[in-house]
Amino acid sequence: MSYLKLFLTFFKIGAVSFGGGYGMISLIREEVLSNGWLEEEDLLNMIAVSESTPGPIAVNMATFIGSKQGGITGSMVATLGVILPSFIIILLIAALIRNLLKYKGVQGFLNGVRPCIIGLILATALNIFITTILNISTLSDFGNDYSGFNIRGFIILIMIIAISLITKYILQKKSSPIMMIIISAILGMIVYSV
Amino acid sequence: MKKYLNLFLTMLKIGLFTFGGGYAMIALLENEFVSTKKWIKKDEFLDMVAIAESTPGPIAINAATYIGYTVLGFWGALTATVAVCIPSFTIIYIISLFFDAFLSLTLVAYAFKGIQVCVIYLIFTAGMKLLKKMEKNPFNISILIIVVAAMVLTSLFAVNFSTVYYILIFGATGIFDYLISLIRSRKEADR
Repeated sequence: MSYLKLFLTFFKIGAVSFGGGYGMISLIREEVLSNGWLEEEDLLNMIAVSESTPGPIAVNMATFIGSKQGGITGSMVATLGVILPSFIIILLIAALIRNLLKYKGVQGFLNGVRPCIIGLILATALNIFITTILNISTLSDFGNDYSGFNIRGFIILIMIIAISLITKYILQKKSSPIMMIIISAILGMIVYSV
Repeated sequence: MKKYLNLFLTMLKIGLFTFGGGYAMIALLENEFVSTKKWIKKDEFLDMVAIAESTPGPIAINAATYIGYTVLGFWGALTATVAVCIPSFTIIYIISLFFDAFLSLTLVAYAFKGIQVCVIYLIFTAGMKLLKKMEKNPFNISILIIVVAAMVLTSLFAVNFSTVYYILIFGATGIFDYLISLIRSRKEADR
């Protein structure tokens, strides 16, 4: 495992992912899956852990993957990689171009990027649904060895949606991500034990 | 020196208590730096938020670097950024050492199978929240539909097409759209 690869991958993630938190997940997913650093399930576990612990998702992810790939040095290298682009870009803006956002060209760029980020987030959710619940990774392996629809996962998803709708419309309360994670953990223990 | 220590400890505290990412942190930062310490003016803080949201990278890191620089220059930026990362770095590093052993317990593994499903729901609702706030004009809607369709199809047909390209392509489209509107308004002004 080369530290340089870890550093460069997380540097790229830090440098080009707009929209913070969930906006960064599509690129993080693509990079960690294609490098074989995590399986889809590990990635989802990590997102849940990130949601339930303090700090930015990207930093949490970098620390975790760095640690798995290269111990304490790996986790430092990866975390440094994901932070450095922000640090450099923000320093340049704060020191030199505070009115960056007032340029019409920059506004144009962001106008195009914003709906794109929303699309990336929704598509990432759909793609994870397709790979983990429908259990289809690509269409080509659909015919050969289709290992089957993830019925338990689907039941849990329906229950989560039902619970969030009940909290929102009947109890008139907001459901926090951490609350939903705890409920789904309980659902998982019940549905998979049966 | 005392101000550096103050900045360091405040950012450490914020890094430790911010659950749910960048947006949750903005409120804490405002409370500390604008209301309590009065190190930053309200309008400058709002500019900072706009920049932190519009530049790449984690919003929390962007905000910490910007505030650190505004208060104490380069070394302030470094102090603030390092401090805000230390809590999550430490916590996640410790978790990474024990996570696999923890997951090998059957009941925990079952719990995480439920949690994995929940994460799909969380990502989707995060996207839907942004979608609700998005201005529904033809430009935005067409970009959104193209991105979702292309992402799902490339994944299904196992085509490699990096997320980075989507961002660059539609960023360029945005600039192009601005240039066209500029040319149009010039032409109308000529008439």
